[in-house]
Amino acid sequence: MSLLSVEGFSLSFVQYETGLRRRRLEVITDLDLEVDAGELVAVVGSSGSGKSLLAHAILGVLPSNAAEGGRIAYDGAPLDAARRTALRGREIALIPQSVTFLDPLARVGAQAQRAADLVGVTDPAGAARTAFRRLDLGHSVADRYPHELSGGMARRVLTATATIGIPRLVLADEPTPGLHPAVVTETLGGLRLMADRGAAVMLITHDLLRAVEVADRIAVFYAGTTVEVAPAAAFTGDGAALRHPYTRALWQALPQHGFTPLPGAQPPPTDLPPGCLFTDRCPLVVPECRQARPAARQVDQSLVRCIRA
Amino acid sequence: MTAVGETLGRRPGSPPRAGAAKSLGLTDRRARTLVQIGLGVAALVAMVIAGTMLAPAAELTDLTARRQPPSLAHPFGTDWLGRDMLARTLVGLRLSLAVGTLAASVSAVVALLLAAAAGALGRRVDAGVSWLVDLFLAVPHLVLLILIAFAAGRGAAGVIIAVAVTHWPSLTRLLRGEARRVAASDYVAASQRLGRSGWWVARRHLLRHLVPQFTVGLVLLFPHAILHEAALSFLGLGLSPHAPAIGIILSDAMRYLSAGAWWLAVLPGVALLAVVKAVDMVGENLRALLDPRSVHE
Amino acid sequence: MAVGLLAGRAGRLALLLVGVAVACFALMELSPVDPIDAYVGAEVTRIGPEQRALIAERFGLDEPPLVRFGLWAGRLLRGDLGTSTIYNAPVIGVIAQRFVASLALLATAWALSGLLGFGLGILAAVKRGSPVDRAIRWWAYTLASAPTFWVALLLLTTFSVTLGWTPVCCATPVGIDPADATLWQRLHHLLLPAATLSLVGIAPITLHTREQAIEILRSDFVTFARAQGEHGRGLVRHRLLRNVAVPALLLQFASLSELFGGAVLAEAVFNYPGLGQSTVQAGLRGDVPLLLGIALFTTLFVFAGNTLGDVVHGIVDPRVGSLHRGARP
Repeated sequence: MSLLSVEGFSLSFVQYETGLRRRRLEVITDLDLEVDAGELVAVVGSSGSGKSLLAHAILGVLPSNAAEGGRIAYDGAPLDAARRTALRGREIALIPQSVTFLDPLARVGAQAQRAADLVGVTDPAGAARTAFRRLDLGHSVADRYPHELSGGMARRVLTATATIGIPRLVLADEPTPGLHPAVVTETLGGLRLMADRGAAVMLITHDLLRAVEVADRIAVFYAGTTVEVAPAAAFTGDGAALRHPYTRALWQALPQHGFTPLPGAQPPPTDLPPGCLFTDRCPLVVPECRQARPAARQVDQSLVRCIRA
Repeated sequence: MTAVGETLGRRPGSPPRAGAAKSLGLTDRRARTLVQIGLGVAALVAMVIAGTMLAPAAELTDLTARRQPPSLAHPFGTDWLGRDMLARTLVGLRLSLAVGTLAASVSAVVALLLAAAAGALGRRVDAGVSWLVDLFLAVPHLVLLILIAFAAGRGAAGVIIAVAVTHWPSLTRLLRGEARRVAASDYVAASQRLGRSGWWVARRHLLRHLVPQFTVGLVLLFPHAILHEAALSFLGLGLSPHAPAIGIILSDAMRYLSAGAWWLAVLPGVALLAVVKAVDMVGENLRALLDPRSVHE
Repeated sequence: MAVGLLAGRAGRLALLLVGVAVACFALMELSPVDPIDAYVGAEVTRIGPEQRALIAERFGLDEPPLVRFGLWAGRLLRGDLGTSTIYNAPVIGVIAQRFVASLALLATAWALSGLLGFGLGILAAVKRGSPVDRAIRWWAYTLASAPTFWVALLLLTTFSVTLGWTPVCCATPVGIDPADATLWQRLHHLLLPAATLSLVGIAPITLHTREQAIEILRSDFVTFARAQGEHGRGLVRHRLLRNVAVPALLLQFASLSELFGGAVLAEAVFNYPGLGQSTVQAGLRGDVPLLLGIALFTTLFVFAGNTLGDVVHGIVDPRVGSLHRGARP
């Protein structure tokens, strides 16, 4: 049984526009995911498609106007609000996207120390120092303010602060945008190491190519739904082993693999089609596709939401 | 005096008056907001009508009923000449409302024109307007009011001029920001390239975009203007002592405080507070309608 | 770099004062008020033309406008703000003396309203949506809509007239020489005016602080802190307070302008002999030199406040100033 199990998860927000008219944004409609200890699963989709919100939901730090659906289970038991509050920072950790997630008015060393304090270690200051050293951050870095950190340094500070309590489940939220390729390698390598040491790692990213290098499995995210969960090994060659038309199109759109773009755009969360969400752009579409959202089914080694797979 | 909120152009947050509309069973935010606006406007209109109808009653002196505390016959008591204080208050409120809204309207129009000019007529005009705004905001508001009221010869004209001349800066700042944003946009650039003059651009594009914010700003200026008129009248620099403006009523009331006639000062003030709050509620709800994200419930 | 900044500030101040001076002078020129009538006041029908000429000569009112401005500007630059027609003393002296009298009032109200407003704002934000938040917001909104002089009257009626706990007027007890008043007596007389100003000042500060705090609570770094398990008092103490305090401080220093306005009204109601009261008297009795002097002085006061605010902001916010240095590798 997997450490983290997400089934049919949905997330929507209420938004007010001019005239105080309400509208509902369905950011995540049907997300299935499983991450086990020792595994690194990448959730891949275009930037801003709501993937980060899954991480926030697991931790229970969503804004108050969010409505959830579906099931999240951790270590066999449902992950309700109380459990989320109890586990966050300790067993479940979030490695955030950018330096804006650090308090701009506090030195980073002090922030890491506070994180250690929250986990409950006996020597928070020592734990913070150790964590920084583990990530190759020199002595002087602890005294800096977030805006004084370079990109790579900020990434390491965020990782150090988040993993002080040696968590069992690590949620890495878009750790690579804007970073130098060498730093990206280092970051992803660090996550791989955490997985190899027994943690369950969920990597949320838009960078499919680099995700394939370190992940065990890849969950492909489109318009709020996981359309396919495939083993990383399937992402090879011309993508013949990939089952969902979107996954194949995504693979083939990469510069290294033919650079064939897919026309059209993702449907917005306010205006989702009734049937399969990919119908407007799918090369294999048939009338049945528009009738109902396809259920997830096992095809070879992948979990796919497509009636034509 | 509404203090810092005025300097920054608006009062933050939303007034917690949801109670009235919520008790009607409305949970939809849009409906609630519209109802609150309706209630506010209705209350103000009712007050103005009452003030008009009671104008003769406010003048009625009855020397046998001098300085009476509040009672059923005289809910706000009577003053030293036996005049009914409720009638006087309502007439005074109507006067304060009239003067305040007139002055605020003039101010708001000036603000709109200056902001549009700043946006459409190029950087130098913009810098000039900016500097003018800074100049006016550099002097404490009340000092400026006293100075201008004095220079304008006091009285009703003096107050209106003083209030009108001192309320445009913060609104100008607000509108100027918006104007510059619009001015930097693509379709304005296109118009300019097609040879349209600055004024044409201003009229066609800018004004249209500024109208919603202008409306909200205008309504939100009223409370400040009303309070400032009352302050000036209270100090003796405003409306003549014979006009029953609230400021005058309260200033007169000071003389009789030590005799224990608390109702002369407290109750008209409560009424003024209610009027200011009502206008403010309308303004804040309008702003929520226009830009929901600016308000935190 | 700091020297350059201060020099720039001084330049802006000078330009501002010049602007205010010119604008004020122009205002007086455009004014329909006859300065002699204003000075003489009620007795205006009783003075003859010779006396008018004498008064005009004494105050230099018979010269053409540009000459008068030149003379006035020249005197200003030498630090001579003229003579007050009410107090018959140099304007600078009157302003200095009266400002000192107002200082205790202004300082107390500034500190109290800042601290209490900050505290209430944080409380309301942390308990957002709760009855406590609604109560605080209702109270702040009501107070913000109330005329300052009416709040003063309310306090006067309740505490001085009805309860008799505080004096009815002035800064020192009536009947004794102000110089002989003890510290306790002065504080006793300061109580209500300071309470009025503080009360009126608390409301907008509470509302702004609440707004700021809510924004901060929505920010990324608070989300990360919560993801680490931070909540409740820990969250407030470690992440909220400092981040709200920095903009709050800036706002405090920017609020001196409104503070002075409130003081004018409070001093009027309590007959407190400070600079605010002098402003009103100068306006009522047409003391143009004093009025102009006060306009210039208060401009300086507000500017000093804003500049001090920027300096303090630069000290407490580590991000200010480092925009030049950028991130170190």
